Amino acid sequence: MASFKPTKIQVYPKLGEKVTQDTLYWKNYKAPVQIKEFGAITNIDFSPVAPHNYSVTAFTRIHIYGPFSQEPVKTFTRFKDSAYCGRFRSDGQLLVAGCEDSVVRLFDVSGKVALRLFKGHTKAVHVTDFISDRYQVLTGSDDYTCRLWDIPNATELTTYQEHTDYIRCGVTSKLNSDLFVTGSYDHTVKLFDARVDKSVITMDHGHPVESVLLYPSEGLLVSAGGRYVKVWDLLKGGQALVSLKNHHKTVTCLCLSSNGQRLLSASLDRHVKVYNTTNYKVVHNFDYPASILSLALAPDDESIVVGMTNSILSIKHRKSSEESKEISSKQRRRPSYRVFVKGKNYMPKQDDYLVSKPVKQHLTKYDKQLKKFNVSKALDTALETWTRMRKPEITVAVMKELERRGTLKNALAGRDEQGLSHLLNFLIGNLADPRFAPVLVTATEAILDIYQSVIGQSAVVDRQLLRLQELLEKEADYQQDLLEVLGMLDTIFASSLPRKEVPCSGVSRSNGLAQGEASASGPQLQAT
Amino acid sequence: MVEHSDIRVVHRGGSKLNFREPLITSDSRFLLCASGQCVKVFSTSTEECIHDLRGHTDLVTGVLPKPSNHLQVYSCSADGTVRLWDYTDGILIKTYVIGYPIYSMYVSANHEGVIFIVTPMQSDKRSELFQLVAVDLPQSADQLVEARELSAVLSDVSSNPAASAFGRGGEYIVSAKPLQLEVYFFKKHKSYRFPLKADNKKGGKNTFTCVACHPKDDCVATGHEDGKIRLWRNFNHKKEYTYSTLHWHHNAVSSLCFTPEGTNLLSGGVESVLVQWRYKQESQRDFLPRLGAAITHITVSPDGALFCTSHSDNKITIIQSCVKVSAVIQGLVKGESVRTDFMVDPRSKAMVLNGKPGHLQFYSLQRDKLLYNLDIVQQEYIHELGLQQFEVVKAAFSASGNWLATVEERKQKDAELELHLKLWAFEQQTQSFVLNTTISAPHESWITALCFGLAADSQTTVLVSTSKDGHFKAWQLDARAHTDDEGPAWSCDFVGAYHGLVPERCCFSADGSLLAISFQEVVTVWTPASWELLTTLSQPPGAIRDLCFGQLSCSKYLLGTTAGNLLCCWNLLTCSLEWSTSMDVSLLLADPLSENMAAFCCQAGCTDLFVFKPSEPRPAFSHKAVCSGRVTRAVFAPREKMLESCEEGCQWLNHSQLYFLTQYMDLMTFSTKAEEDRLMASSKQLVIDDSVAMTPFYLLLGKHRQQQQENEDALSSLSAERTALPKGSAAIRELLQTPAHVLPSTSLLCSMFVQSLLISVTDSREEKEHAENEPESEKEEEDSEEEMESSTLRPKQPPL
Repeated sequence: MASFKPTKIQVYPKLGEKVTQDTLYWKNYKAPVQIKEFGAITNIDFSPVAPHNYSVTAFTRIHIYGPFSQEPVKTFTRFKDSAYCGRFRSDGQLLVAGCEDSVVRLFDVSGKVALRLFKGHTKAVHVTDFISDRYQVLTGSDDYTCRLWDIPNATELTTYQEHTDYIRCGVTSKLNSDLFVTGSYDHTVKLFDARVDKSVITMDHGHPVESVLLYPSEGLLVSAGGRYVKVWDLLKGGQALVSLKNHHKTVTCLCLSSNGQRLLSASLDRHVKVYNTTNYKVVHNFDYPASILSLALAPDDESIVVGMTNSILSIKHRKSSEESKEISSKQRRRPSYRVFVKGKNYMPKQDDYLVSKPVKQHLTKYDKQLKKFNVSKALDTALETWTRMRKPEITVAVMKELERRGTLKNALAGRDEQGLSHLLNFLIGNLADPRFAPVLVTATEAILDIYQSVIGQSAVVDRQLLRLQELLEKEADYQQDLLEVLGMLDTIFASSLPRKEVPCSGVSRSNGLAQGEASASGPQLQAT
Repeated sequence: MVEHSDIRVVHRGGSKLNFREPLITSDSRFLLCASGQCVKVFSTSTEECIHDLRGHTDLVTGVLPKPSNHLQVYSCSADGTVRLWDYTDGILIKTYVIGYPIYSMYVSANHEGVIFIVTPMQSDKRSELFQLVAVDLPQSADQLVEARELSAVLSDVSSNPAASAFGRGGEYIVSAKPLQLEVYFFKKHKSYRFPLKADNKKGGKNTFTCVACHPKDDCVATGHEDGKIRLWRNFNHKKEYTYSTLHWHHNAVSSLCFTPEGTNLLSGGVESVLVQWRYKQESQRDFLPRLGAAITHITVSPDGALFCTSHSDNKITIIQSCVKVSAVIQGLVKGESVRTDFMVDPRSKAMVLNGKPGHLQFYSLQRDKLLYNLDIVQQEYIHELGLQQFEVVKAAFSASGNWLATVEERKQKDAELELHLKLWAFEQQTQSFVLNTTISAPHESWITALCFGLAADSQTTVLVSTSKDGHFKAWQLDARAHTDDEGPAWSCDFVGAYHGLVPERCCFSADGSLLAISFQEVVTVWTPASWELLTTLSQPPGAIRDLCFGQLSCSKYLLGTTAGNLLCCWNLLTCSLEWSTSMDVSLLLADPLSENMAAFCCQAGCTDLFVFKPSEPRPAFSHKAVCSGRVTRAVFAPREKMLESCEEGCQWLNHSQLYFLTQYMDLMTFSTKAEEDRLMASSKQLVIDDSVAMTPFYLLLGKHRQQQQENEDALSSLSAERTALPKGSAAIRELLQTPAHVLPSTSLLCSMFVQSLLISVTDSREEKEHAENEPESEKEEEDSEEEMESSTLRPKQPPL
């Protein structure tokens, strides 16, 4: 016969984040691989050529990791002090790195010893990069200067002394071998042209600039500093386009997704945010255990590599399409799947007599109790801590079901101090929620009816009842305020909208009278 | 106004199945139950109705087997007759005229030729006092017999057949009155009375509700109002009687029954749980829960293999003795009230109305059979008296049948009204409606009307609901505001109001370009394209009661009825009143397939029907005094096959048939004489195929016979000339198919039979030629005929 129909849990519109294409995309990474480095990781750079190794600059070393290796495939240790900003050349063969000791070193990726040493800076060099013609190197230093070096003979070509504070970030143009951008702690971002002797555009970021990034088209520039990420239009001479303030600590690093559609920013507040580059809304968010200093995305977004102040390198690899499927199917399987499947794939022969077994209906705990008409127990199971906290809609649905069965009072009655305080706690938490109020108000009334005789016997319950009272008073005030606002809005709307005349009302009357069949009184009701 | 005598009001099915205890025949193959004025014979295995035993002229009040012949049954009726039937062939054998309305009947094997009936006390026909009377059935060969030998056995008995029972094969009869059990011993001519107090210590009600006697032991089981079952023993002493109490039911026990061997006691009540108690080990119980509705009767087949329970929702459930449901015979559920309008599902052409609590039923009008129930509320139904339940109060189909909208509500004292508007999409794959959107609290108050219409782009449908809160809302399938994991859902498109008046009715024009909504006395006309108020029409005094657009060529007319007894017709092209007439119309509805409109008018306690076209204010057909009381539910159901009637008065029945529900919940329709004749003929064709039970013996022999038959067929095809026997001869067929006891004497038949065997020479030659020329085609014809027959025999699968 008809089986037991389980309690219907009302689906409420979700207030939390929606599942979008972006969340699906950015959630599709495996659990991170974590590698302990020797110190805070200040820079990560991916090699532009396959197999896309990446260099990780941490303390006095630069490690080069393969795309799936957990051990460095190569290590550069010839630094006297902290190394900074190990970057690959566009052919992936050379690597340049600055150092605290003001010497810039150029390495062959396959070799060990530095090929060239660029000496000339007087303080630590935090910024190094290759110019896109591949024969020059850009450096920026704490001595407020940025310089261009010639690789073949290791000589200094130009020095720019326009910044008035440490230069901590810089990037060269990939399309034009003469352009590069530097950002400094003097709050400015400057675009330099190597063909002239000074900066072409200066942009005021307003905070010490920690990171700059050029779009692939190089029409837009992104700078990060303080809690702000700002986007500038270079083609309009450095006009600010957007200012984003989504982090609550200094933004340290910027990065673009491989298709250029998403911008990632990492911050000391331990978050990585993903922005949509068309409307600059945050579409996704990653949490990390420590403040983030560096961030890089592998080509095709195959992995996200994040370096943190606690010297941990975290690598998230993208799930392959089969893997993501497999995992979802694995989740469906229970550990004892084989037991269930035993004999299921047996194909009956022609003469076999089939004895069908009824499919057992799975019921949740509260439904089992409801099926047995154990109303108090059903409410108890629905009031279990996890359900009460995480899924209040289940508790409310069970209460509603009990009310429908006319047994809500029976279920609420006969509770001890602890049970009652659980119940009151739940009410205090959810009574004001407009989704649950209709059910909970009746439950609250029933509780007050049932337990009014025991008021004053338990301090805990009394305190909760007082809180409930406060809550209700606050809610009443709030509703009244809302009604007042509504009334004001109504008057505003009423006066602003033109009064519309409804046609034809007169016609119908006159015709009705002309027919002579309408009652003598005629229609009194008129539309106005 | 001409009375058309050839159009008649006919009772069309949907009568009660659960009025009296059903009867399972001795071979457990058939189930007989009293249904209105006839007795229906169902097959216990296929649930199909095999035939009706027609003959009574009033409510049938009981069906019982004849103890001496298990192929015959007695039926008694309020028309004062007891009839004896042969149920396998559906033939009336005898009619005993008693002369007093019979309320229930008892027979026993010990009392040959005597039946016991319950009739009102003869002193006053309308009194509430009944007596148990023994009737000697006279032995006579006549069809119609007057039975006048009545002797009163017990006076002041209950008219409820469950309140009396024979014990030990007829040694004594037990009868329960509200608070007294009376046992009458036939041998000693002595009766013992055992009274109970009205209330016991715990406040339970001791009133007797039903009685059952153990077939072997001296034990009587009685059911009580408070849910207790008492087993009485030793009751042939005035003082030393004992009883034990069984208590599981929490509401009144409505039926009790012992299995034929007396090993088990079955009980049922409002809880809709069949409880099986072991006799003498009463702590052991089996349960069969969730039978759907309160149990009203329980019967057991004579061999104990089948149980059968009748339910308050007009349903009979057949249960195997291993407590497993094997078949369900479901009639039209009418409940206490029909809340939804009658509708016709555009796909299955089934009539749709609310059925079981929280369900919508799809009822095939052609086959008088419930197709299926659609669970609207989808909640566990709690069988308890006095509990407020969710009920389906409104429903509407979109024109194509792709969408179904339902409204369910529950109103509790001192609590808010709970309303849900649900939209169901028809799914091709499963051929059923699937819940698409649930809107909780769509309005702040009761919904007064609901209707579907085509939206402005005439692609999507729009749903309009009007409510007592003074608003009407338009709902539309919204494809935008959802993510890709869910399909499109319905959302509110427009909220409208008119001067704070309460909208009562709404109606879309045939092409969906106009929406008419009545606000008390005013009819407002809106355009769904932009939701602008186009015009208002009114014809005071009296609020608008019904609103209806004309169909097809008359779609420019809007018809309305007012509480001020006016029927008005507005022309929407001129926005003026076309005509109006004064009549108290209780229901106005339009036939979607023709221009015709039907108006049921209430006049002096009777309802008249007028059928007219909006273009001319003269009725095309009128029928006075269709039934007594008001008609509030009716529907035009499209015909499967169009009728070709040329008579002017019957033309309105060509496209569709008008069904309506009377005050007493009888489903009636209008039909012409010719149509009825055709129906009768077709029902006669439906002969039961003699389904032999599938025993191993049959399998063995049946196969053998089939083979033999095939051989014979082969032989006969070889020698086509020899099969010139006139197979189709009416005489032979009649001889072979009519039961022996109704045939005339053999001497009469013999000559006829022999004559039919003779073949005239010319005939045979002709046939020979025929056979030689095209023997194959003839065979084919035969084949196709057979196929046609089988297809008519086989019931079409309902499109679920």
